[in-house]
Amino acid sequence: MQHYLEYLQAYGGRFVDGTLVTIQQTLLAALLAIFVAALFGMMRLSEKWLIRGTSIVYIEFFRGTSLLVQLYWIFFVLPLLGVTFDKFTAGFVAVGLNLGAYGAELVRGSIEAVPKGQYEACHALNMSYYKRMRRIILPQALLLMLPPWGNLLIELLKGTALVSLISVTDLMFEAKQINGTTYLSAESFGTALIIYYLMARVVVSPGMRAFERYWGKKMGRI
Amino acid sequence: MKENFPLNLGSDAPMVRFSKVTKCYGELTVLDSLDLDVQQNEIVSIIGPSGSGKTTVLRMLMTLEEINDGVIYVDGQPLTHMPKNNELIKANEAHLRKMRNNIGMVFQHFNLFPHMTALGNCMEAPMHVLGMSRTEALARSEELLEMVGLADKIHEHPARLSGGQQQRVAIARALAMRPKILLFDEVTSALDPEVIGEVLNVIRSLASEHSLTMLMVTHQMGFAREISDRICFFYEGKIAEEGAPQQIFENPQNERTRQFLSAVLDAN
Repeated sequence: MQHYLEYLQAYGGRFVDGTLVTIQQTLLAALLAIFVAALFGMMRLSEKWLIRGTSIVYIEFFRGTSLLVQLYWIFFVLPLLGVTFDKFTAGFVAVGLNLGAYGAELVRGSIEAVPKGQYEACHALNMSYYKRMRRIILPQALLLMLPPWGNLLIELLKGTALVSLISVTDLMFEAKQINGTTYLSAESFGTALIIYYLMARVVVSPGMRAFERYWGKKMGRI
Repeated sequence: MKENFPLNLGSDAPMVRFSKVTKCYGELTVLDSLDLDVQQNEIVSIIGPSGSGKTTVLRMLMTLEEINDGVIYVDGQPLTHMPKNNELIKANEAHLRKMRNNIGMVFQHFNLFPHMTALGNCMEAPMHVLGMSRTEALARSEELLEMVGLADKIHEHPARLSGGQQQRVAIARALAMRPKILLFDEVTSALDPEVIGEVLNVIRSLASEHSLTMLMVTHQMGFAREISDRICFFYEGKIAEEGAPQQIFENPQNERTRQFLSAVLDAN
């Protein structure tokens, strides 16, 4: 125990730095994933085959290939085609685009799960597509998709560990660096493990549950 | 393109006209060249065995279903089609949106918006479809909810209302759009027996106090007989028999009508 406290005293600051980068990566990737999921999830339901097709290609590509390979593509291959991202940006963009593809399926599924009668009521009241989606369907779909989004955001948080492989100085990167110089593997990776767990268990899950309760109340659920 | 169908029906047109309307689902013909007129302020009940196309009639009029052949006119104007270069072509969304404001519908399963209060449900479309001010929409919705006997429930969400109360909110919501035609699609079929009466009472008062053309599909034979001006008996996609309630219920001419009525009335 004494030994571990000394270890933390020496390297705690770097774990904090790494954790802050992980939090930034997570937040930015989550924002991108939510945006991408909403966009491609709704496009997936379009009546126009070109829009629907674009969405299907996107979802299939990002779900069907490895996040790590996508990360390497964005960071190492796109520059060859003239598109260059710094490593921080490449990191959260890859994670966000990948998890966003899963999110798009959640958006699609939850929109489809809103009872058909709701669409018919909107139709009978002569609501436009835009009004119908924004005021009636999406608020209800959001309630249905919040529990699986909680899972997805935890996946996303853990997925950001991969950005250490393109040298983004996140939590995992720091843990590897410290391990490399101290050879204290149990302490280094154990600490990283605990921090990831706490972020998922203490921040993301309760946060999502609170939002679910809030939205459920707003939606008249009793 | 439609030949032999007038571009409009002129000034003495019926409120609703189905002209040779056919509806198929794949191989199955649900409605076969249906002709049906409903006059202004007339109350018409559609009865018949399940699968006879009753509900489809309402759903086509609400433009929830497209028709395969024929033309539906509302208030003299084509609904399913629109005039272009002196011919009727299939209606586009803009035409449908213009025409749809004439028609309201009450559903079997209420289909209230669960995330809005009774008041919110009623105010939603007047404000966001008709562009009415909040003050005006509020006044109209309160008045309608009071009319259906729910003045004390206006701030409740649907989940806290009984089936009968929800259906009365749904009626108020449809009326808030001031439709000329109101469609009732088996509005008491999903209700517990003890609350059916309160919904029927609301419809009864609408029938007597408001100038509204009503078309309803119902299994409540006694009620249909009491408030309808005319009964249409549907059988296999056609109107097998129609006439005044008294005639249909007391002296049906068609063998199918007799069978159906004796089966239904026995069950009651």
